[in-house]
Amino acid sequence: MDDLEHQATKARSSIDQAQSLEALEALRVAFFGRHGAVTTMLKSLGALGPDERKRRGAVVNGIKERISQALVTRRLALEKAELAHRLSSEQVDISLPGRNGERGGIHPVTRTLERIVALFERLGYQRVDGPEIEDDWHNFAALNFPLHHPARAMHDTFYIDGGRLLRTHTSPVQVRVMAARQPPIRIIAPGKVYRSDSDQTHSPMFHQVEGLLVDEIASFADLKGTLTQFIRVFFERDFQMRFRPSYFPFTEPSAEVDIRWEFRDGSSRWLEVLGCGMVHPHVLNHCGIDPERYTGFAFGLGVERFAMLRYGVTDLRAFFENDLRFLRQFA
Amino acid sequence: MKFSENWLREWVDVPVDRARLAHALTMAGLEVEVINVLGEGLEGVVIAMIVATEKHPQADRLQVCKVDSGQHEPWQIVCGAPNVRVGIKVPLATVGSRLPTGTKINAVSLRGVKSSGMLCSARELGIDADASGLLELPADAPLGAALGDYLGLPDASFEVKLTPNRSDCLSLIGLAHDVAALFDCKMQRLEPASVVVAGSARRGIRLEAGQDAPRYLGRIIEGIDPFTCSPNWLTQRLRLAGLRPVNVVVDVTHYVMLEMGQPLHAFDNARIKGDIVVRHARAGETLRLLDGKTVSLDETFVLVADECRALAIAGVMGGYDSRVTDTTSQIWLEAAHFAPAAVMGRARRLGLHTDASHRFERGVDPQLPHLALARASELLLSIAGGQAGPVVVAEQVDNLPLPVPVRLRRARLRRMLGIAVSDTEVLRILSALGMQVTPVAEGWTVIAPSRRFDIEREEDLIEEVARIFGYDRIPTASPAGALTLMSEPETRIDTLRLREHLATRGYVEAVNLSFVSADLLADWSFCEQAVALANPLSGDLALLRPLLLPNLMEAVRHNHARQQKRVRLFEIGRTFASAQVPLETPSLALAAAGTARAEQWGETARTLDFFDIKGELDALLNWGGEPQRWTLHRDDLPNWLHPGRGARVCRDGVTVGYLGALHPNLAASRQLGPDVYVLEVTLAALLNRHIPQAQLVARYPSVRRDIAIEVPEQETWLHIETVVRDTLGPLLKELRLFDHYRGKGVERGHKSIAIGLILQDVSRTLTDEDASRSVHDVVAALEKTCMARWRE
Repeated sequence: MDDLEHQATKARSSIDQAQSLEALEALRVAFFGRHGAVTTMLKSLGALGPDERKRRGAVVNGIKERISQALVTRRLALEKAELAHRLSSEQVDISLPGRNGERGGIHPVTRTLERIVALFERLGYQRVDGPEIEDDWHNFAALNFPLHHPARAMHDTFYIDGGRLLRTHTSPVQVRVMAARQPPIRIIAPGKVYRSDSDQTHSPMFHQVEGLLVDEIASFADLKGTLTQFIRVFFERDFQMRFRPSYFPFTEPSAEVDIRWEFRDGSSRWLEVLGCGMVHPHVLNHCGIDPERYTGFAFGLGVERFAMLRYGVTDLRAFFENDLRFLRQFA
Repeated sequence: MKFSENWLREWVDVPVDRARLAHALTMAGLEVEVINVLGEGLEGVVIAMIVATEKHPQADRLQVCKVDSGQHEPWQIVCGAPNVRVGIKVPLATVGSRLPTGTKINAVSLRGVKSSGMLCSARELGIDADASGLLELPADAPLGAALGDYLGLPDASFEVKLTPNRSDCLSLIGLAHDVAALFDCKMQRLEPASVVVAGSARRGIRLEAGQDAPRYLGRIIEGIDPFTCSPNWLTQRLRLAGLRPVNVVVDVTHYVMLEMGQPLHAFDNARIKGDIVVRHARAGETLRLLDGKTVSLDETFVLVADECRALAIAGVMGGYDSRVTDTTSQIWLEAAHFAPAAVMGRARRLGLHTDASHRFERGVDPQLPHLALARASELLLSIAGGQAGPVVVAEQVDNLPLPVPVRLRRARLRRMLGIAVSDTEVLRILSALGMQVTPVAEGWTVIAPSRRFDIEREEDLIEEVARIFGYDRIPTASPAGALTLMSEPETRIDTLRLREHLATRGYVEAVNLSFVSADLLADWSFCEQAVALANPLSGDLALLRPLLLPNLMEAVRHNHARQQKRVRLFEIGRTFASAQVPLETPSLALAAAGTARAEQWGETARTLDFFDIKGELDALLNWGGEPQRWTLHRDDLPNWLHPGRGARVCRDGVTVGYLGALHPNLAASRQLGPDVYVLEVTLAALLNRHIPQAQLVARYPSVRRDIAIEVPEQETWLHIETVVRDTLGPLLKELRLFDHYRGKGVERGHKSIAIGLILQDVSRTLTDEDASRSVHDVVAALEKTCMARWRE
């Protein structure tokens, strides 16, 4: 019996010292294989008498149980160690660049324009489009610019043969919309416009956004409220603002909106950012809308100006050079 | 409009400082853009006369002067100015004073000679750029008087950016009216000048231009001393208004124009023959103008003529032959009213812009000619002497603009502004602006003064009330209105989302000008007629782009030249096609150059190929959900595409764009390098998305079988795919092309293609036999129609 116990202890010790799953497997075979020590012990029980077999059987089974247990325990320990080893050897440098993560970008003028339009869309303004090649009626005459009027001289116009021209502002969209339907009208019309003027601060093509609201009740106070909110929400800043009387043939009263802009050097200056006014009755009449029943307001703004202020762009020309190093700043 | 601040204050004495005055003007719609202050810090500078000079004993260039400033003892002052001479009056900065530049004047010794003060140039005093010598003052300048007081300094030149409707503010008096209304104070009354009529020289006037010239006044003034210099106060005001003094006659007419707003013209009376005739020009009639240029006119121009020839273009510019010169002593002084419609655009057509045309085309008060003629005569006689003949008046009262009463309704005013302005305030504002206001039940009836060409209807009055009341006093409100849900088609892909999609795929948005040069289009072998501008800024910007790509590829080149070799750009914009009515089509263009993937440590670099750009199109078509409506074609390619690596893109059989590699010749001529791929497609074709009608997923498992075949080189994938799909019908759930190979092991002129077939039945699990039968069917069909050989 002591011999059996001694063997069991030896077996336990060799199992606990097994250094690999392979060695452990060899031990398992050595104990439990067809000719294994435990198998042999179990087989030898058959040759014993009933009492002896019962007594010795209990001992052998106990040993078998303990060795099995030891094998399982050791296997788990070895597997755990092996996993730990594998995991530690599989470590990557997580600071290496990933694959296919590059991104292009959206042009700052588009980004600005879309932000402006989205804000007004939330106020129920509908986005509309108009042609860039216009005729005199929509660009000027319907907007109350008489022929040869000095106000036209402020719009340096590109002409195309056949009495057509490149629109000098987005205001003709007002005319097209009002001529096509009756109030209530709330529209926002972004797009390209053209003036034959080119220098450091003027591009012959630039972008405007035009807004128009015509309804039974629409007052100058509403116009002020709408634009004040818009400016503050767009820039996310609480500016000092002022509405200054001005003149546009298609609105009356007309105003320009200035904001008190603080520059990086700490100085501040009034900057004109918007033109606006109450839709002129002539314009409503030209479009078949009764100016006694309806009033409206309109506003127009230069997108590049907003983009320059918002993103700190100091040279207008950067917008149209399409230099990737500039554009990539606007993901 | 530029003007002297002191002059304005002479007309309306407002008790506010310069900054507040400027702010008030700006906030009344008369935007003050620039203020140039002149002659500040002249305390201690007095008028003095040089009474003796002698050469400095130690210095050739210096003079030792004795200078009298009205004190008991003359000062000894050393001076180096070239125009130093006995008898002239000059500014003296006395000891203890400080110049505007900051220089303190001390009693000093210059090379051993004592000097007590400094004689100054205009530059040193900060009143003019002239530094050529001492500022010489007129002989009658009072000795010892403060220079500032004598010159009316300090003063400031205000530059107001006037809107075209406010022609009334093109004069000091007009501005003064607004200022008086803003500050609720009185302005100086405009008193008619009294001129003694001496002599009877006169000239007849015939008005023959109807409504275009309804009033013409003139008089002869004889015996003017043409050598008289305009007085300092006058020339200074002209300078502050941005006008250059010319001679006394011209200066006086300019002065009165600035003061009252009435352009005047003086002719050399000796050059006029007989009566003045105001008439329309005859077609082809020519006139040499004051600026020396000869212009050819037509019937739309109004002329001031004599019995023989044209003398001036009415309201624009005088003629050269009848101009007043520095020796003219006898003039015909004209003050007329020309209708805006008779002047509008005329100067512009001749490439001119004059002070007169600027005013007349915006509107000049028709009541002014009498007053202005009298004022100019009075000034001229007092400065340059002479005798004024009687005023000759020709007018057609019926052709003069009539004052029209305009009604202003209280309710309308309130509705437009969103605030109730009190009756008292409305009455005060309109009256202060010189309007005749009659209260009526619903509001007021108003007659505007004749100088206000901009008051024709109710809104004009509403604007006036709002302007003077103050825009800043109008509250802010939010517009009320019914909230309605606007239509939002799910089938439309928003362009912003399209842009986001392209940005996610690595493309950067570009914005190019819509113009393109003919040369660039020629490089692109673009044959069709492009829309041309009649007045382009330059040859480079003469056409409207018929295609986005040429400009976009120039942007690629711009970046290549700046060490940006891998470029992905896209642009959304309109293209323009020449037609009866020019067509504009929103389009999308993509340009790709450089390696297929960004440089990365774990990937090998690969050059771009056709399938990279096609992949971009595929991604867009998959978004739309109906790729089967799109086809690619090899025929009818534009010249700018590589004929073997380009394709025409059709949607529902209609061409909507192109993609592929740029033609190597074009790439070379535009220095773009090889492997540049592009895509341009009509935007509208891409922005449609179908609304899915979903099918439930089959419950039975799918099986996959792979086949490999060899086909002749000219077989297209499209053909093979069609054969496979047609053969298997609905059993084929998915078809995957997983290998495409030519070379070793494949017969020459052939290619090897490997296809994965994913089969699934909706009603049962497919057996091995089913799958094998399908494979055999497909192979048999391919062998039959595509000359395929199965590589088992």
